[in-house]
Amino acid sequence: MSAARPYASILAVLALGAVLPLVTSSNILLNGMVVTLIVALAGYGWNLLGGYGGQFSFGHAAFFGTGAYACALLQQHYGLNAWVAFGAAVALGAAVGGGIGYLSFRSGLRGSYFALVTLAFAEVFRIVVNASPFFNGAAGVLLKLDTRPGNLQFASRASYCELAVVLVGIALVATRAVERSRFGAYLVAVRENENSARALGVDTFKVKLKAISLSAALTAAAGAFYVQYFLLINPELGFGTSVSIQALLAPIIGGLGTVFGPLVGAIALHELGEFAQGLLGGLPGADMALFGLSLILVIAFARGGVLSLVQALRWRVPGKPIEARP
Amino acid sequence: MTFILEVQGVTKRFGGLTAVDEVSLAVEAGSITGLIGPNGAGKTTLFSLISGFERPSQGHVMFRAEDITALPADRRAVLGIARTFQIVQPFAKLSVAENIAVGAHLRHRSRDEAIRSAREIAKRLGLGPILEKPAASLTVAARKRLELARALATEPVLLLLDEVLAGLNPSEMRDIVPVIRAIRDVGITVIMVEHVMQAVMNLCERVVVLNQGRLIADGKPREVTRDQRVIEAYLGKGAAARLEAAHV
Repeated sequence: MSAARPYASILAVLALGAVLPLVTSSNILLNGMVVTLIVALAGYGWNLLGGYGGQFSFGHAAFFGTGAYACALLQQHYGLNAWVAFGAAVALGAAVGGGIGYLSFRSGLRGSYFALVTLAFAEVFRIVVNASPFFNGAAGVLLKLDTRPGNLQFASRASYCELAVVLVGIALVATRAVERSRFGAYLVAVRENENSARALGVDTFKVKLKAISLSAALTAAAGAFYVQYFLLINPELGFGTSVSIQALLAPIIGGLGTVFGPLVGAIALHELGEFAQGLLGGLPGADMALFGLSLILVIAFARGGVLSLVQALRWRVPGKPIEARP
Repeated sequence: MTFILEVQGVTKRFGGLTAVDEVSLAVEAGSITGLIGPNGAGKTTLFSLISGFERPSQGHVMFRAEDITALPADRRAVLGIARTFQIVQPFAKLSVAENIAVGAHLRHRSRDEAIRSAREIAKRLGLGPILEKPAASLTVAARKRLELARALATEPVLLLLDEVLAGLNPSEMRDIVPVIRAIRDVGITVIMVEHVMQAVMNLCERVVVLNQGRLIADGKPREVTRDQRVIEAYLGKGAAARLEAAHV
């Protein structure tokens, strides 16, 4: 088996994603694509920790908001170059992830306890940012419009799309690389049975810490990209519960612990949201209600998400027997 | 004489219950030792103390003349102590090969090498034909073998087997006894908790008996099974005398 083969499907999807902005000039389509890719990127962060590591976070907004605020404030308060600020925001996100991970995993929190603690962290961040003048309170932070590539701002939506494709591409490749590494094997072992993993020499604390840091870095990148695109961040947009929910819905609906799950889930969610808007005409919260319904359906009927449905269909095609894996 | 493992005056209390009570035990390198005793005697707890899943309330555990009492389970696995669980705990969603590969990763960083090593071990333990099956779909006998294969994949020096024969039918048992002997023959020291006395008599050079947390007998299998205290631990007070009387 050549080393490139596991990445072939990723390259194909990325190529498709890179061509799409070149062939359309519809602002609605391009905007939808950017938003979808931001959700996907946040979902890739969540998927590493939740899908592969089995640690279900309910507070990935903590990392998304950290990334967004760090990227904005480092430029506004400290005059940092946008690209540098972006990198620093990702690093800071990883550090915040490591910190939250250290505190909760050291105390042995698992399952719903871990979920609740992460939710609490995100809420504390939201409340603190909301109340603090340093973060400009509830009004949030506005980035100055200055469209230069050197400033990580682009005049055309297509350029944002291309950058988003690159970021999601990095997440895809990172996910595949984790899957094929010792760290990935250990991470899945921790998800399946922590005691057995320890008996086999896995330092489960270290593995979980590494996973949450990497996970937080990806989700922070989504936040930083968000602020570069919309040039606005406020406590609700950054640290709100709906951010955490979208980050976990994308991989769960697409396919938990799979390479393409978060992307497929993000696309499905976006289409579903648009559909809800069309159907119920801007009724506030209609999309969230539909997301909830789809989550129930996935959990009841398709635990493996949309991707598992696709696979099940493929196996039913007549004349094509189920092949044993080599 | 070199002892690979020395348990020195180890006590473990859970609240008011003393599960293991000042047990001392030294195990020679390359031997198979049986650990027997009635239910609740503290055998599994002693295993947990040796493998690092529990910390003793008192006493020390020495491995290759090094005090490992404070080391967590995963560090002990790195040093070469592997264990199986009485209640098998496979990584249910992973295939047999992937399960074993997690163990193999301890000595092999690369994924391909870990998988290759896992396949070899699986074949040695007769799991070759079901390498790609998910662990959740295996029979009890296959799960026991998988548990054993995973532990072996960590390339241990000392292997703790917690009732690998429990739940197997006689023919499955006959199949696995030579496997355990082969493990000893490659130089791995084995300590096994076992209720199946026939296997213990067959495999072990030495048998240690626990009762109510205390070590009550230690010696060759034949001596131990004649020991009055051992018979009484299993059959009740005065049983040894009654048996004696019945035979005469």
